[in-house]
Amino acid sequence: MAHAKPIATLRTAAGVPVGRLAMWWLLASEIVIFGGLLVGYIIHRNGHPEWAIEAANTNTLAGAINTFVLLTSSLSAVLAHQAAQTGNGKRAARFLWLTILGACMFLVIKSFEWTHEIQLGFTLTKSGFWSFYYCAAGLHAAHVIAGSIAMGVVAVDAAKGKELQRVEYVGIYWHFVDVVWIFLFPLLYIAK
Amino acid sequence: MSATDHAHDDHGHHEQQNFFLKYFWSTDHKIIAQQYMWTGVFMALIGGFLAYAFRMQLAFPGKFIPGFGYMSSLEYNAAVTNHGTIMIFWFAMPVLIAAFGNLLIPLMVGCDDMVFPRINRLSYQVFLISAVILVSSFFVKGGGFNGAWTAYPPLSANSDYNMAPAGSSLWLIAVALEFVAFLLGGINFIVTAMSSRAPGMRMWDVPIVVWMIVVASILFMLSVGPLFAGAVMLLFDQNFGTYFFNPERGGDPILWQHLFWFFGHPEVYVVLLPAMGMSGEIIATFSRKKLFAYKTLLYTVFATGIISFFVWAHHQFIAGIDPRMANVFTVTTLIISVPIAEMCFLYIATLYGGSIRLKVPMLWGLAFVAEFLLGGVTGIFLGASGADIYFHDTYFVVAHFHYTFVPIAIIGFFMGFTYWFPKMYGKMLNETLGKIHFWITILGFNMIFIPLFFTGMWGDHRRIYNYSHFPDLVKNGIMQDLRIMATVGLLIMLSAQVIFLMNLIKTALSKQENCGPNPWKSNTLEWTAPSPPGHGNFAVMPTVYRGPYEYSLPDRESDFWPQSEPPDADKQA
Repeated sequence: MAHAKPIATLRTAAGVPVGRLAMWWLLASEIVIFGGLLVGYIIHRNGHPEWAIEAANTNTLAGAINTFVLLTSSLSAVLAHQAAQTGNGKRAARFLWLTILGACMFLVIKSFEWTHEIQLGFTLTKSGFWSFYYCAAGLHAAHVIAGSIAMGVVAVDAAKGKELQRVEYVGIYWHFVDVVWIFLFPLLYIAK
Repeated sequence: MSATDHAHDDHGHHEQQNFFLKYFWSTDHKIIAQQYMWTGVFMALIGGFLAYAFRMQLAFPGKFIPGFGYMSSLEYNAAVTNHGTIMIFWFAMPVLIAAFGNLLIPLMVGCDDMVFPRINRLSYQVFLISAVILVSSFFVKGGGFNGAWTAYPPLSANSDYNMAPAGSSLWLIAVALEFVAFLLGGINFIVTAMSSRAPGMRMWDVPIVVWMIVVASILFMLSVGPLFAGAVMLLFDQNFGTYFFNPERGGDPILWQHLFWFFGHPEVYVVLLPAMGMSGEIIATFSRKKLFAYKTLLYTVFATGIISFFVWAHHQFIAGIDPRMANVFTVTTLIISVPIAEMCFLYIATLYGGSIRLKVPMLWGLAFVAEFLLGGVTGIFLGASGADIYFHDTYFVVAHFHYTFVPIAIIGFFMGFTYWFPKMYGKMLNETLGKIHFWITILGFNMIFIPLFFTGMWGDHRRIYNYSHFPDLVKNGIMQDLRIMATVGLLIMLSAQVIFLMNLIKTALSKQENCGPNPWKSNTLEWTAPSPPGHGNFAVMPTVYRGPYEYSLPDRESDFWPQSEPPDADKQA
């Protein structure tokens, strides 16, 4: 069912387009979700020095490669935004698909990494550290998947030159997914 | 009695829709408000029935309960747990925030709908699914979840202890989905109020109830995240055997309490603020006087919102937290009573010197302030860590938080419903029936909870299912008589709702004419739209010229001045 946009959607009394405003509020709610999880983790980690031994078994190299992949994908999200601003929907869509490619690479590396760890016996229930490890990284991976789907939807529209403002909004979301990983990587992999 | 004449006041661009599309697939904020409201009221009936069942068990332990049967200890625990869960998450939240937020925000800020109508519809659909999941959890093997609405581990985490393996996971999934629904709705509310105000409406011209619903949505959004993460962790603990809350391998059950109450305490203000805002609108309108100190009231709202993030551990004084931390949280808890008290004072100051009209909505509005005050004042005892060690987990606590939540949820619902009923349906409710309903409900409510303050002070523990197992607690003075009195109060309060139903039926069947756009002679924008407002709300989109509470100005003939009336309209007329 096609909907004419209500007048409410077109007003900007706050001085910001409503989509961008909503995206920032969405991120605010996401920050507290990850914030609660990570603060819980940090408090436990401080109370359990022995978790450092468990943490030594994480694959820091794989994590570092993934950090590189994810940050690079953010670059193409920015380039997509730049293209959308100049009204070039096709180019914006191409960069969005490139970003999605980065997301897929991230997930592939992650799944190899996890398979290896599970084979070595570091499962979800091995200890509190691994519970947090899989839970936090899994929640992040769910965001990577959700962000990719959103970018796919926006890219299909953008290629037809429609709803180009949304390229920016998914870009904001994608940077957030990046930033969460920037916190997860040192907390789960590097801290020994 | 639903708004059947919507299609007639359309202005173009809207096709005739069939019944299903109109009432179940609508993106119109007014329809979604009613979906939320009636789903919430239906859930409240379930919650009320559970209260009836366990109060009967407490008053007459082990006896047959008409309509329920004999109650086992597991059923008792499940009834108490789900009563609390339903009344807060499936009645107070959907009715106060979602229903009135949806109804009022677009109308009061003068726009045609929410900013994201389809997200709004999605929000209700997710909410409905969560309600279905919760109700279905009563019927799975092992029965509904029975670890209290706070779901403390290890009781909630291990089905060897709670004996409801499926029920506890379904409960948790339902709660998590409900959070998603209100996050979607909340973003919509905040963005709509920030961005889509009518031309001319400055920040200080926004009606107080809109402000309060927006602040409540922000509080919800900023506090629910950790509990959402906690719910995922608890679900893992229940089903995959992880150790987040299990000290056996480095988990910590207190972590759940922190995650829960970091949300749980702001949540009190999430449901309080909309009710507080509605009572402000009503008190100003029926006192025919400008709301006293609008800006100060707003600052108290902001102060409440900010401080509410720093009080949560007062729920955990005896949970083994550091006593030094308990001191800090005692101080913050006592501080938060200052802005709340100030709100009440500002409302009383609004009443002072006004020409007060005791219509039914006004009665509910005044009762809200009076009864909530009792809840607030008894909270001081519980917020002080020294006194709380004695009061913790007694019926004093139960009576205290029911004196906050019943005014918020039940009185709040009736206050908003009776005040905006003409706007929603174009008819006026019967005043006499409304007053009878009001007085019997208030009488019943106080009769339930005043006795419980006393049993609680005398040490009545709140998690006992059958007092006849503890002869000291039954034969000691009038303890059991007070419990029976509370149950009788509940029966009175429940039966009073029949009068409310009669009033609805009588009004629906009556052939009274449309009440017109502004039956209460109020100033805010929703009263310039037709009753009920059609698709798009306003015939002409309003422009705002002044604040919402310009009543009884000395140099004006009429005692109100609608926000959208041009300044020189008088001279022309």
